[in-house]
Amino acid sequence: MPAAVLLRAESLAKTYTTPALADVSLELRGGEVHALVGENGAGKSTLARILVGLTKPDAGRMLREGHAYAPSGKAEAARRGVAIVLQELNLVESLTVAEQVLLGAWPSRLGFVDRRALREQAHAALGRVGLRGIDLERPVRSLGVGQRQMLAMAAALARPCRVLILDEPTAALSEHEAERLFAEMERLKAEGAAILYASHRLEEVRRLADRVTVLRDGRVVATRERGEATSAELVQLMVGRDAGSRPPRDARPTPSGEPVLRIRGLRRGRVLRDVSFELGRGEILGLAGLMGSGRTETVRALFGADRVEGGEIELRGRRLPRFFTSPKQAVAHGIALVTENRKDEGLLLPLSVRANLTLARLSELCRRGFVRPEAETAAARTLASRLGVKCASLEQPVRQLSGGNQQKVVLGRWLDRDFDVLLCDEPTRGVDVAARAEIHEHLQELAAAGKAVLVVSSEIEELRALCDRIVVLSAGSVAATFGREGFDQDAILVAALRDHAGGKGAA
Amino acid sequence: MSGAWREYLGLGVALGALVLAFGALTDHFLSRATFAVIASQVPAAILVAVGMTFVLILAGIDLSVGSVLGLAGAVLGAALGPLGLSLPAGLLATLLTGLLCGALNGALSVYVRLPSFIVTLGMMEIARGTAYTVSRSQTAYLGARVEWIAETTVLGLSPATLVALAAAAVGQIVLSRTLFGRYVVAIGTNEEAVRLSGIDPRPIKWIVFAASGLLAGLAAVVHTARLASADPNAGSGLELQAIAAVVIGGTSLMGGRGSVVRSLFGVVIIAVLGTGLAQMGAAEPVKRLITGCVIVAAVVIDRYRNRSQGREGQ
Repeated sequence: MPAAVLLRAESLAKTYTTPALADVSLELRGGEVHALVGENGAGKSTLARILVGLTKPDAGRMLREGHAYAPSGKAEAARRGVAIVLQELNLVESLTVAEQVLLGAWPSRLGFVDRRALREQAHAALGRVGLRGIDLERPVRSLGVGQRQMLAMAAALARPCRVLILDEPTAALSEHEAERLFAEMERLKAEGAAILYASHRLEEVRRLADRVTVLRDGRVVATRERGEATSAELVQLMVGRDAGSRPPRDARPTPSGEPVLRIRGLRRGRVLRDVSFELGRGEILGLAGLMGSGRTETVRALFGADRVEGGEIELRGRRLPRFFTSPKQAVAHGIALVTENRKDEGLLLPLSVRANLTLARLSELCRRGFVRPEAETAAARTLASRLGVKCASLEQPVRQLSGGNQQKVVLGRWLDRDFDVLLCDEPTRGVDVAARAEIHEHLQELAAAGKAVLVVSSEIEELRALCDRIVVLSAGSVAATFGREGFDQDAILVAALRDHAGGKGAA
Repeated sequence: MSGAWREYLGLGVALGALVLAFGALTDHFLSRATFAVIASQVPAAILVAVGMTFVLILAGIDLSVGSVLGLAGAVLGAALGPLGLSLPAGLLATLLTGLLCGALNGALSVYVRLPSFIVTLGMMEIARGTAYTVSRSQTAYLGARVEWIAETTVLGLSPATLVALAAAAVGQIVLSRTLFGRYVVAIGTNEEAVRLSGIDPRPIKWIVFAASGLLAGLAAVVHTARLASADPNAGSGLELQAIAAVVIGGTSLMGGRGSVVRSLFGVVIIAVLGTGLAQMGAAEPVKRLITGCVIVAAVVIDRYRNRSQGREGQ
């Protein structure tokens, strides 16, 4: 006998400027992990938001264990036992960890917050997701992306829930953190809860999901039981064509090895203790490590975004007197950066695709200080088509694009500028398979054209597919370097853990 | 250009409706005299609002403009009075005073990284205090030497009005067509993204604050000319009036969005409202009450319009 249906959606539809969801029906049964896959822009986030009342559907209805269910927002959804962890974390930076976890349900006595009960309940909720060691009084602002994700998860689970919706939960997590999340999902499942798990990562989906629903262009194209579909078939269902496997790394000639960028003994506070490596012409170098290992900080230091305390830098064989002191200087020296967090640091969200694509080279598209509209539009059009950015028009606000297309815009900003070194921090986070393959292809092309590319990624699999060499950082220094023949998931992980071993559960 | 016209349609209709309403409610609102009064009032407010539009688009604020106007006016009074300078030298000193105050605001908020609210609040007091010192708290009568600036010429426009309209036109072109304007909007939208694109936002922000001061200096000339005298109290409260006008015009206090032409509409709407209510015999308290309601209503309408334009992405 099939398990009880905890949440049923019938014929949901939602149209923004274009249809985002059309006639989507879905059942979430007790004790199942139901994966929701699809390219970015396929409607996964819209569906997730509708299920907790953050977005109102234009048509269709929902039933919670047979009763009409039309929540007015997260609070009401939570009362009905439906919790969500959004892809975009809505955390209040100024709160403490404990306050954030229980936000909206602070225990109180006579109108005063009961700090002791708050701490106790928060501690329990955090323990469930493996953040037991974290200081409850730390401000949220001081946490890294991975910890924030787990915090949001703890917050969602702080109240009893029967249906949990996770939108792209592992995008920001290290593998270790992701494992904690999976364990927690298993526990909830064993308790008879239903979990809707939206993800791009098919390995995870195959491992965790009891059923998989594939969305494409806002419609359900298939629902498969566990083991019924191969990854290749899922990809094909998602993109509606044979997406092909990852780009063949070997199609690219082995880089000449002539070093373009060399750094030695890069230091900054406690995060960067001793980082040294070199990056060759035509090479794609991976930078692996756990959250907090100094990957992002290394990239930012190289780009002049953060001050550096010590170390040497050599560019195109010339020793520079110091690291760059501003991004402007770095750009002038032929360095480009694709930032880790496209929404906060990469994009001008309300502005057009055109304005975002031309930002870094707008000064070249001017005559006597005036922007030449035709030149700008032409440049933006060329870039958009070269990258395959899917948008209604170049004047569409970039906010409305899917994650993959937004990421292409961030990358595209640099493409027709003259640079030698491209730094990419998590270039495919929160990006669907098809867009990810395209971004990988672009990076390969750039390397083939003689650029030196540095890629930071939390996914070792991604680095293995893309890179010529992988440098592993551990607690702010280089733990190991692997050449292509030595790429081995376990060895890389061991190296990454080397200096983090001292009980830093969630670093 | 149809898109551009639609952008001004709402404000144009609001202004037209306001004018017609006052015309219907009073006997002599729709007269040449009324429009002459309004035309003589707006140039100083327009000049200040142009600068304020840029500052607000940067997600900053400039509370000092009213006091800077007072100080620059006092400098003009002192230059032409006790110091006995020529008119061109006096005008130059006035503009430089404004520019200096603005540049100081910019340097402190951009390079010392203090919130512009605090810096310009300090400057508001500093400039006003200096204005009293320079003028020995006396209003200096300047008469015909400056009066001509505010007097109507054959075209029905005074040099002051022409200067204000020219400043607005230049402001709008700079904002919408030039590299500088594009950078201003981009910085107001996401400064960190701009910085990480290899553009140094600091000089741009500094120039905007300096320009706001310069425009306050120019407004001082216009204002002094209208009164034919330099009053150290001149311009008090003007900063809030200018912010109100700019906000009525739909510029966001959060930065990243705004238009000089729309601010111009805001200035005129406030001036029409003030003059019309006065002609209806409304007392000062009532005028202020109604103006306050209009400001809030304008922002509510603007917010609603923006939301309905589908800001919600996926």
